[in-house]
Amino acid sequence: MSHGALGGFLHRRPSLNLFLLLVPPLLWFGTVYLGSLFALLAQSFYAIDEFTAKIVREPTLATYRQLLTQPANLDIVLRTLVMAIAVTVASAIVAFPIAHYMARHARGRTKALFYVAVMLPMWTSYLVKVYAWRLILAKQGILSWVLGTLGLQGALDALLATPAIGGPSLSSSYIGMFIVFVYMWLPFMILPLTAALERVPASLVQAAADLGATPAQTLRQVVLPLALPGLAAGSVFTFSLTLGDYIIPSVVGAPGYFIGMMVYQQQGTAGNIPLAAAFSVVPIVLIAIYLALAKRLGAFDAL
Amino acid sequence: MTRAVDDVSLAIAPGEFFSMLGPSGSGKTTCLRLIAGFEAPDAGEVWLEGRDVSAVPPYERDVNTVFQDYALFPHMNVAQNVAYGMRVRGVAPAERAQRAAEALALVKLEGFGERRPNQLSGGQKQRVALARALVNRPRVLLLDEPLGALDLKLREEMQLELKSLQRRLGITFVYVTHDQGEALSMSDRVAVFDRGRIEQLAAPQELYLRPRTAFVARFVGSSNVFEGALAERLAGSPVPFAVRPERIQVQAPADPVPEAYLACEGTLLDVQFHGATSRWQVDVDGRVLAAEPRDAAPVAAGTRLRLVWPRAAMAPLEPGAA
Repeated sequence: MSHGALGGFLHRRPSLNLFLLLVPPLLWFGTVYLGSLFALLAQSFYAIDEFTAKIVREPTLATYRQLLTQPANLDIVLRTLVMAIAVTVASAIVAFPIAHYMARHARGRTKALFYVAVMLPMWTSYLVKVYAWRLILAKQGILSWVLGTLGLQGALDALLATPAIGGPSLSSSYIGMFIVFVYMWLPFMILPLTAALERVPASLVQAAADLGATPAQTLRQVVLPLALPGLAAGSVFTFSLTLGDYIIPSVVGAPGYFIGMMVYQQQGTAGNIPLAAAFSVVPIVLIAIYLALAKRLGAFDAL
Repeated sequence: MTRAVDDVSLAIAPGEFFSMLGPSGSGKTTCLRLIAGFEAPDAGEVWLEGRDVSAVPPYERDVNTVFQDYALFPHMNVAQNVAYGMRVRGVAPAERAQRAAEALALVKLEGFGERRPNQLSGGQKQRVALARALVNRPRVLLLDEPLGALDLKLREEMQLELKSLQRRLGITFVYVTHDQGEALSMSDRVAVFDRGRIEQLAAPQELYLRPRTAFVARFVGSSNVFEGALAERLAGSPVPFAVRPERIQVQAPADPVPEAYLACEGTLLDVQFHGATSRWQVDVDGRVLAAEPRDAAPVAAGTRLRLVWPRAAMAPLEPGAA
């Protein structure tokens, strides 16, 4: 068949054409991407033999029992979950005004500048940024020096004296870890939120004003509900990235374990792949619950 | 600096159906947005019922707008859309629901309250937008090309409905359109806009019978504009004038020109059948004139013929850019 004949043959069979075009990416997605995920899930239904430290390849719920009954493991899940929620809420609060300005006010060069500024931190190595933050937040670091110079040392000390989230310095407390998480994931909240806000037609904002809504009412009753899908998308990023990260909690912050660190340790030094797999199922379940809640609250109604 | 509108001065009477007519980019929508408060004038003032509202934000102006794209809130149902103005003004829920239902009945959409805007047809969205604006009992209702997205039949229906609503409610309507037929048939007065200025502000009949400029003559209805040498040869004066096609009769070049008529000769190019009338395109010295003669016997394209019209049908125009 000549080239032209093949083109004509496919042109008359659009579904076959589409199928052939989609096979390579679908194979990749199906085997490499979902396949490895299901292999991981399958691992979580195995258990490790306590004496031989060998994996017993028989389906069992023993690993999940271990995960859900040992208080130490539950602590890790709870600690990670609380951090992920705090980071998500803070990211949304910081991101919204920036995204709103980018989507509805900035034009031309200013807008381009904002996009570059939001994405610029992602151009540097993740590790460099984390270690840089450890220095910034250290006891004798830049931040404490700035606060000390401004006469705010007392405020910092008071903050660090807060039970549970405080600590000897910012770099060794949950507050510091929280600051680094928010810094790291902020672009992932700003970008989808900006995209969602850009899709809100200007005429809707004008219609609200025309009907007597003050700018605050318009924001709360028209702009925010219509931007919810973007907020949901951004929060899935910040939420899941926090749930899965193991570098930030091991470089900055208090010594308590996080899910990501646990996965890293169990599959590495401890060699307990089933428990590592079971731990990595936790974020998947939490995100599924989160999305179900968001849907229930109408976050996707405007889609 | 370019000016979207310049030197526009107009006074609209209470209860009037006032139209702003012009091609796109002529400044009519900018004027509407100035009245609504979405734009602030760089110079000049907007007065509403004896009060200078130039610096008053839109949410404190007693006007409501029907937007070209309807601007219905997609996350609210029809009843919530209609009640939104009352909700932000703190009207009690029971009264809100009752008045929203009344407003929906007014636009013949009883029972549509629970639907979402994306479940409505274009004409229904239009009615919801109208109900949402009218339910607040504004002093002035602003309508920005409200029928632009509807098909012809629906548009004609809505024109009649809008006009009868306006009469019944006694609200001042300020209506922006580029459709001259719409403006003529509905309005008490029409302001014709071109390039940011008002070309003429008059009642529809006056606009049609005595257009002041060549632009108005051509844009409102269609008109044959005679100017320069042709005007001088035919009428004996270089003052340009316009003649409506329906006032022009055709006759054979040999026939005598009636008393008090002007005439010119040309070649028939084409005849377009329009139903009630037929439009004859006639080439007169390289210019194409249009005539809509009554009871004219059909002739073949290329025939020489004479166009005649009574002197009284001539509307003198202001000289200027044509």
